[in-house]
Amino acid sequence: MASIGASPVAPAKRMTLGEGGSALALAALALLSIVVAAKAYEAAYAFHAYLFAAGSVAAVFAIMNRYNDRPAALPPQEIDGKPNYNMGPVKFATVAAMVWGIAGFTVGVLIAFQLAFPALNFDLAFLNFGRMRPLHTSAVIFAFGGNVLLATSLYVVQRTSRARLAGDITPWFVVLGYNFFILIAGTGYLLGITQSKEYAEPEWYADLFLTVVWVAYLLMFMLTLRKRKEPHIYVANWFYLAFIVTIAMLHLGNNAVIPVSLFSAKSYQVWSGVQDAMVQWWYGHNAVGFFLTAGFLAIMYYFVPKQAERPVYSYRLSIIHFWALIFLYIWAGPHHLHYTALPDWAQTLGMVFSIMLWMPSWGGMINGLMTLSGAWDKLRTDPVLRLMVVSIAFYGMSTFEGPMMSIKVVNSLSHYTDWTVGHVHSGALGWVAYISFGAIYCLVPWLWNRERLYSLKLVNWHFWISTLGIVLYISSMWVAGIMQGLMWRAYTALGFLEYSFIETSEAMHPYYVIRGLGGLLFLAGALIMVYNLVMTVRAVKPVAEAEPKSPLVAAE
Amino acid sequence: MDTYNILASFAQTGGLLIFVFGFALVLAYALMPSNRSTFDKAARTPIEED
Repeated sequence: MASIGASPVAPAKRMTLGEGGSALALAALALLSIVVAAKAYEAAYAFHAYLFAAGSVAAVFAIMNRYNDRPAALPPQEIDGKPNYNMGPVKFATVAAMVWGIAGFTVGVLIAFQLAFPALNFDLAFLNFGRMRPLHTSAVIFAFGGNVLLATSLYVVQRTSRARLAGDITPWFVVLGYNFFILIAGTGYLLGITQSKEYAEPEWYADLFLTVVWVAYLLMFMLTLRKRKEPHIYVANWFYLAFIVTIAMLHLGNNAVIPVSLFSAKSYQVWSGVQDAMVQWWYGHNAVGFFLTAGFLAIMYYFVPKQAERPVYSYRLSIIHFWALIFLYIWAGPHHLHYTALPDWAQTLGMVFSIMLWMPSWGGMINGLMTLSGAWDKLRTDPVLRLMVVSIAFYGMSTFEGPMMSIKVVNSLSHYTDWTVGHVHSGALGWVAYISFGAIYCLVPWLWNRERLYSLKLVNWHFWISTLGIVLYISSMWVAGIMQGLMWRAYTALGFLEYSFIETSEAMHPYYVIRGLGGLLFLAGALIMVYNLVMTVRAVKPVAEAEPKSPLVAAE
Repeated sequence: MDTYNILASFAQTGGLLIFVFGFALVLAYALMPSNRSTFDKAARTPIEED
């Protein structure tokens, strides 16, 4: 697509196929959206069609303006023999991750307090728990986590391949398109649009759009790998690739639906009954396994060695870790359906594979932690590294707890209780969010060419405040969940249930308040982080002032 | 035989063999002495600067 090195004679300026093609496609999408908006059955769907129209028109203008402003030659692949990394989309995704993160944590705190004090839904439809809960889960998993994965994957694949990101328009299409999907999904929940599948609530049109974005992401990632200067593909890229490929497969399988009409948001699932449940949890658990685990393990395998300045403890273990993890995870989904209409053998299969997952999970944890051998003293002075190490410890803890809870007899106590919620949050807050915070604390100074973070003291504050928050959260949910489970199965001497459901809800109240406070502390920590990052970017002196237009090089 | 039994019997025989064989290949690749230098170099990828 681009010529390598600048030629002495300026070539005539031509629009690339990517620029022209995507502008045309987006213009067509804008036209279609306007027609759909005019004929839509539901007001909320019409609103989404208008959003699609506005988004595509804005994108066409952006592509044209960018074309008018750019020189005839596309950015070179290399400058002075060094790769000319494309970090613009990485910066965007980093900022988006923090913005969505704060939004998602805030909604989480709100719904935590709604459970303790139901009046906090203010009798407004869009603040109802049923709408806010998917808003929270999607905002933290897909908006915050997804942007962290986009930012880090596009950074890591370039740095470890020593090659510029493939494509010119594509990187921006992927990053902006993904965030547009988040916008559609989030506003949809608020307006009551949902297909009622957990962690896959967006309706068919949003799913179709995401499919296009995701295929572009996959192609861009693979073409960048193909351009690599290193013969060996670094293990973090394997994890990213597994994440991208598997999410594509899961998304297509779980969202097999037939829309009622082009002019309606409503659709019907192709699967029905227990098959639908099985496909849903095949999707749901692998969203945990490949989105929240494989992708973030990729972050671990790049950022922990980088920050500790130590090589990966055992590269062989990382290869075995990778293959064992992806072979096993895909079968674990049925453990979400213990004691249901799902055939017993399938439940047992899910349980057995979940227990086998202990091995790769702990192999990975040991590999991450032992990477610090010879550098443990850095934990005292580097709070960013400490965040990442604690995240690996939480990874080990929650991947121990998960298989244990998948054992049928344990699950008979834990299922449908808040123990599950506590387990999910020890993984989500302790592992996913902490490794993300660590990666973002590293990325921001590197991307904006700053010598260091504005304040390590504030990182320390963030670390301790949010750790306290996580501890409050998970310990209150352990107590609440186990108590809830025991109350549900308590019988009187006459064989009647001892407690009514409302009595179990009443008993949970104090723990719900403690959980809400834990969430509040976690949010406070994240706000400290945002302040710290903003001050880092606003610092007056970038590291390399010599060449304002030079490619971004990591500050060491 | 119906589809269910065909698939189930394959999963319990051929499927098992494919997985065991696949994992053996992974182990062989990871533990092959001749790959040591590649992996030792790869382990340093993040900390080596360009």
